[in-house]
Parts: sequence; C-alpha cells; structure tokens
Amino acid sequence: MLHFELVTPEKLVRSEAVHMVVVPGTEGDFGVLEGHAPVMSTIRDGALSVYRTPDSAPETITIEGGFAEVSARGLTVLAERVA
Amino acid sequence: MASLKALKIRIGSVKSTQKITKAMKMVAAAKLRRAQEAAVAGRPYAERLEQVMASLASKVSVSESSPKLLAGTGRDQVHLLIIATSERGLAGAFNSNIVRAARRKAEELEAAGKTVKFYVAGKKGRVIRRFFPTQIAADHEMSHIKTVSFTDARAIADDVIARFEAGEFDVAHLFYAKFQSALVQTPVGNQIIPVAIDTNAAPVSDGGAAVEYEPDEETILADLLPRNVAIQVFRALLENAASEQGSRMTAMDNATRNAGDMIKRLSIQYNRARQAAITTELVEIISGAEAL
Repeated sequence: MLHFELVTPEKLVRSEAVHMVVVPGTEGDFGVLEGHAPVMSTIRDGALSVYRTPDSAPETITIEGGFAEVSARGLTVLAERVA
Repeated sequence: MASLKALKIRIGSVKSTQKITKAMKMVAAAKLRRAQEAAVAGRPYAERLEQVMASLASKVSVSESSPKLLAGTGRDQVHLLIIATSERGLAGAFNSNIVRAARRKAEELEAAGKTVKFYVAGKKGRVIRRFFPTQIAADHEMSHIKTVSFTDARAIADDVIARFEAGEFDVAHLFYAKFQSALVQTPVGNQIIPVAIDTNAAPVSDGGAAVEYEPDEETILADLLPRNVAIQVFRALLENAASEQGSRMTAMDNATRNAGDMIKRLSIQYNRARQAAITTELVEIISGAEAL
C-alpha cells in the first residue's frame, strides 16, 4: 500500500494507506503506486484521484496551488486549498 | 473619609468591573485553546515545505539569474517592516511589545543610513504612525477577520511580493509575537524577503535514489518561493493569535485579582466608617443620657 498524505497550511487533511493516487502534475498526470521512484513536481489546479483498492471507484479531491513529493515514505501532496 | 454611600457605590462599581474582566479572561482562555490547536495543525505543512525548500536550495546555486525572492535585489537600502498586531486592545503589553520591537529595529536601520517603510497589518499597529508619520507604506485592513485563514495570509504576502517586484523595497522583516506559553510571548522580527532558507533543516530523505524533478529545480523553487513567504506570514498570524489570547488571559487574570484586592480594601474602609458612625451615635446617646 502507498502512504498518502494531503496537507494544507491549515491542517493535515489526509494521512492514510491507499492503493494508488493519480496526481495532476503541471507536465501531465501521473499515477503513484507503492515503490514509485522519488519525484518532486508542481501540480496544476485540478482533481486528485484516490484509489483505495485496485478495483474501487476513485475518490476525487479538488486541490489548488499544489506541490507533490514522492519519497521512500510515500506520497505527500502540499496544497493551498482543498475543496 | 468618603461617605458610606460613596464607598458602597465604589464597591459596586469595582465588583462589576471584576465580573467583566473575569468573563474576558475565560473567553480568552477558550480562544487560546482554539488558537493553539490551529497553530499545531499548521505545523506539518510548514515543516514539509521547509524540508522541500532545503533540499531544493542545496541543489540550486544562487546566481544573478535566480529568482529575486531568493537572491534579493542586490541592494540593501530600503527596508520594509511588516508589523502584525491584533485588532483589539486590552491584551496587556502584547501590541505595544510588537510595536516597540519594530520601532527599535527601525531606529537601528535609520542610524545605519537605511530607508525604512512600514506595512501595518492589524489595527493596533497603527500607533507606529506617532513615531514615523510619513513612512507608512500600507495599512492592511484585517478587522473583518475572525479566525485567520491561509487566504488572509496569502493576501498580505501577495501584496508584499507585488510591492517587492515593483521595487518598493529591498528587504522585508516581519514582526509578531512568538507564543511560548500563556505567560510568555516574545516579540520577534524575522527577515522574510529575500527568503532565508534554513539549510540546517533535514533534507527529504530520497532513499538513496535520484529524485526526479518536474519541471526542474529552478522552476519548482520559483513556484515555491512566494508560497514560502505566504506560509511565513500565516505562521506569524497564527502565533500572534495565540499570543494575543494568552496575553489577554494573563492581563485579565491580573485585573481580576487587582479588583478583588481593591474590593477587600474598600470593604474594610466601609466597615470602619460604619462602625465609627455607630460609635459616634452611641457616644452621643450615652452622653445625652448622662447629662440628664
């Protein structure tokens, strides 16, 4: 499972284990699974798709002003605003 | 000695003042808890952003072409002092401490031949006008804000950055009160522009693998720099909110205690006066009876 964290300046919105997250990067969407290579990317305003299990329907979270970081610890998304 | 009636009125008035200060103290205590929670909730974002900035900064060399927010304008002449205070008074020395810290810095800078401008955020910072009447660059209206949100901080940061880009100043300092405990709040002044990156912050561990950057380090850094200014302003506002309530709580606790002491003193005075009046009356009756 992938450790996924969504943080805004006001609070830690999410911190959970998920299957996959599709991130709307500035240079194109990318899906992050467990064991993804380390990446730092800016994000365009849009929706994150969170897949809890391989076959569940995605949950979308709209974010603004974001930045994503994939490291050995998992995926961390810093967003200015979460709708 | 004051008459019995006057004393009684006085005691009544001090008692009602005490009720108000007591209520204010309790309100401040409740608000303080909330403000502290908000400050704690904001920590993860700031920590992560700092880590990311640190690991980016270690990869990017500062040069002429670096973003101005990082490299500065190359000059050190005009300083902007941002004074973040509260909207309300009756919070002990909270506001005056912040203003005093800013004033000291301004005097120091002026003595060194620099130009100083002020950016006032919060109504109580306006007293700086008394000392530097012609140097207020802006007065940011905050009276409609009940609890600070990131959007409010962003508005201040955007305004300040726009002024920076327009060349209005070279260096910006932010003054606020750091919350240490309900009893202790220290006024501090931090430089926020050019962005001072804390290279001591532990960089993100990349597990030995090379980190891929999208688009590239410089672009990400340029994107994150204004955000870093906004987050610093936001953290200052949060700290200020907690400090304000802490300071008010302490001030109102003192006021309640002082009112209690005053009531005690006035009651003794009142009882003495009453007894004296009774004694005089008795003496009059007795001497009257003896005279017969």
